Amino acid sequence: MRPTPKSVASRSRKIKEIPTSLSLEKAPSGIAGLDEITGGGLPRGRPTLVCGSAGCGKTLFAMEFLVRGAVEHGEPGVFMSFEETEEELAINVASLGFDVRQMVKRKQLAIDHVRVERNEIEETGAFDLEGLFVRLRLAIESVGAKRVALDTIESLFSSLPNPAILRSELRRLFRWLKDQGMTTVITGEQGVGTFTRQGLEEYISDCVIFLDHRVNDQISTRRLRVVKYRGTTHGSNEYPFLIDETGISVLPITSLRLDHKASSERVPTGIERLDEMLGGGYFKGTTILCSGSAGTGKTSIAAHLVRAACAKGERCLFFAFEESSAQLLRNMGSIGIDLGCYIANGSLDLVASRPYAQGLEMHLLSIHKAVTQREPALVVIDPVSNLVGSGSQLGSNSMLTRLLDFLKNRGITTLFTSLTEGGADTEQTSVGISSLIDTWLVLDVVRGGGERNHTLDIVKSRGMAHSNQTTEYRISDQGVLLLDTYLGPSGVLTGSARLAREAADRAQVALQEEEIARQQALRGIRRNAFDGRLATLQGEFAVEDAELDRDIQERIRQRDGAPAARAAMARSRQAFARAPGAGHGKHNGKHGGKGHRT
Amino acid sequence: MRTTTKTLFSASKTVVSASSHLLRLYVTGTTAGSIRAIQQVRRVCDEHLEGRYDLEVIDIYQLPALAKNDQIIATPTLVKVLPAPLRRLIGDLSNLDSVLFGMDIRERA
Repeated sequence: MRPTPKSVASRSRKIKEIPTSLSLEKAPSGIAGLDEITGGGLPRGRPTLVCGSAGCGKTLFAMEFLVRGAVEHGEPGVFMSFEETEEELAINVASLGFDVRQMVKRKQLAIDHVRVERNEIEETGAFDLEGLFVRLRLAIESVGAKRVALDTIESLFSSLPNPAILRSELRRLFRWLKDQGMTTVITGEQGVGTFTRQGLEEYISDCVIFLDHRVNDQISTRRLRVVKYRGTTHGSNEYPFLIDETGISVLPITSLRLDHKASSERVPTGIERLDEMLGGGYFKGTTILCSGSAGTGKTSIAAHLVRAACAKGERCLFFAFEESSAQLLRNMGSIGIDLGCYIANGSLDLVASRPYAQGLEMHLLSIHKAVTQREPALVVIDPVSNLVGSGSQLGSNSMLTRLLDFLKNRGITTLFTSLTEGGADTEQTSVGISSLIDTWLVLDVVRGGGERNHTLDIVKSRGMAHSNQTTEYRISDQGVLLLDTYLGPSGVLTGSARLAREAADRAQVALQEEEIARQQALRGIRRNAFDGRLATLQGEFAVEDAELDRDIQERIRQRDGAPAARAAMARSRQAFARAPGAGHGKHNGKHGGKGHRT
Repeated sequence: MRTTTKTLFSASKTVVSASSHLLRLYVTGTTAGSIRAIQQVRRVCDEHLEGRYDLEVIDIYQLPALAKNDQIIATPTLVKVLPAPLRRLIGDLSNLDSVLFGMDIRERA
């Protein structure tokens, strides 16, 4: 029959729906970090094999899977133990904060301990494991279980005869659990060259998780790897995990993205002059490295930052890997930085531990955990160089990158201190993480004139104008003080050389002032002398001027007086006289005069 | 007479006082293995322990809680509670030598 257009349409719609309905459903394991690696948890309704060597945390994995499932996801569970009794289990996991007995009472959990004594067993013919099935079914029905853990079912091989029967029965058991829709965790001991001694991985093909407990350089590290996970993508790396008082935590950094937000908000450094050098402080959410040789005050600079942040009411986490909390508080108190009050009001957490207590991965995982719990605005790791020493050099870089990435993505300002080994180039961090750092302060020691003096350089500070000045600083009872800078012929002057230069400068100033005063006095005297001479000259000039004036007046009078006298004379002689002033009158007059005379 | 679980069960409930053997046979319904085991245990008891045994046949499908109590994994399992030591005979009891040894009737051949 040819399909009508309508049926084709409905079919195509169905096809589109298929992927969602077929996609593997996952049951959140509740184990911190694991669900991120597996993209949601363990395959729902299917068995998962958890394998590893003795003491790698298989039983705990299985128990936590059930407990978290029951408590956090409302899925009751059945724990079938082939090794430990109910009592032992309850005691073992009580230290992790699980009250198993209470859960059994509340019907969230059913525990069945399967005990098989090899010396009691006599094989008399063909058998099956229906007894186990019946017990499982009973337990599942008693609590309405959705999850099952079998720990460690392989021990049946050592206590029951006839492995061939056991194999086929286990295959049937796993099939049955699948049919029951049970999300199952089956633990298995690691074999030689196989994941489990009895090759259970052949039967459990949906999901295999391998737990490893390995010792490198006398430091043990637990790692988890999802070997396979059928029908889904998953992180395939080895992830370090931690077993502590809250159970298992896996460090799930699957991708190293570079998409964190950049804030332009400034975080004051807590040192006034350093703020100026950086143009207002560090950027919020950036990474600051403070490196220097021993005793250069790296921790003090960190403490300044912590105090400034705590004073603003921000939450801080201080990881100390060199000093105990008490020692750190005392030492910072001695330079006038009281951090105790911030611990008391809950804004500061000091976490002190020995770097060699555990491997680098474990440290990073604990940092990860503490950060997730406390959600601080500022994290200080003092010093990161010690931390790196506790892990393999190979992995430390990538681990730190992961940590930085994690902190940056959360917008947490981070300050690392790093110890530069004596004699090493100060701009060469043993950590080798300088490229990941946004702001890098290098503390240096200048030796000379029988002194050690401290200088601070800002090697880099991304995204902000910053001072290029090498600055001397002093650690005083008021904390770190940045001092005025004096440049000498061979660079910045420090210590006594700076003091001598300061004194010389003061002397120079005094000398200059004296000279100015002297010059000013001289100038007064000169002006007075000039003024005196000016007065004399003016007097003389006035006298001469008056004389000359008188002379001029006399001559004018004489000149004007002559014609009048002549006219008077002529009049008196009754002779013709022309009025004065005519152009040729004078001439005529002269002529006349001459004529008269002739 | 047709062999059914019920008839087998009622037949095996022969209680004899002062019995030397206290036996419990755990079976799973009427599977071939269960029936073979029941027949076999009855034969052995009749032949070697006439009147001196106490046998209980338990169907764990009907009484699953008992499977847990007596730590039953494999079925059929014949638990020899008495005489001590306790022993579990696993399987359909078809290997007569093992059965006689396991029930402390005969030394291992």
